[in-house]
Amino acid sequence: MIDPIGREFGFHQMALALRQQRQEILASNIANADTPGYKARDMDFAAALARAQEATMRLGDTHLALTSARHIPGIAHTPHPDALLYRIPSQPRLDGNTVDMDLERVQFADNTLRTQAELTVLSSRLKTMMAALQQ
Amino acid sequence: MSLSIFEIAGSALSAQSQRMNVTASNLANAESAAGPDGQVYRARSVVFEMAPTPAQAAPEAVGGVRVAGVLRSEAPHRLHYEPGHPLADEQGYVALPNVDVVAEMVNMISASRSYQANVEVINTTKNLMARTLTIGQ
Repeated sequence: MIDPIGREFGFHQMALALRQQRQEILASNIANADTPGYKARDMDFAAALARAQEATMRLGDTHLALTSARHIPGIAHTPHPDALLYRIPSQPRLDGNTVDMDLERVQFADNTLRTQAELTVLSSRLKTMMAALQQ
Repeated sequence: MSLSIFEIAGSALSAQSQRMNVTASNLANAESAAGPDGQVYRARSVVFEMAPTPAQAAPEAVGGVRVAGVLRSEAPHRLHYEPGHPLADEQGYVALPNVDVVAEMVNMISASRSYQANVEVINTTKNLMARTLTIGQ
């Protein structure tokens, strides 16, 4: 974060990447609307963006030091901070699927609109920057 | 936008059209007294399962859908009294397929709605990608 231009666009880059990730999750929910036992997933967007801004690094997995060929290797996985959440179903289904198609489609449309807004803002920022450079 | 959304929605399209194929086969054979193997036709149904997209963290969260298998219904055959039929048994009954026509119609409508939803996902994502390509213009 030394260069001011990178700082200017870093936030938009993070937000767009997260939006795209959420779009993928929602597409997966819609695709699996008829899969028995599938649990609908989603992410807490605000929390994920706040974490990305803080740039908190995820602690690496802990490995046991092996000093002999006969040691058993051990790994402690650190849970990912952006772990996806499960949706609470409003109505249970007999096949164990928790996808609520109406909800997913509304969320998908919402996410699309917000991505478009983000793209518009980023685009006008770029134009502003270009205008300043050309003075 | 990444290409994996197209993979996810595309896998759902092919899975749903396979479901439509099976439904069409069931409806077409609802009155077939004998199949190619000489046995009475049995209704089929597809079973879906999630297909995780490769290259993601261990508990797979997102993924498309694939057909895990096609099941044959073990419900009893429909018996129809028709003594003049060449396939009738001693009592004059003909065994007809165990296809539930009403359930098949419902299945078909459900598959077509899911297909439409996935087509919408693809179209929306395509528009978003086009917008992304024109940033700053």
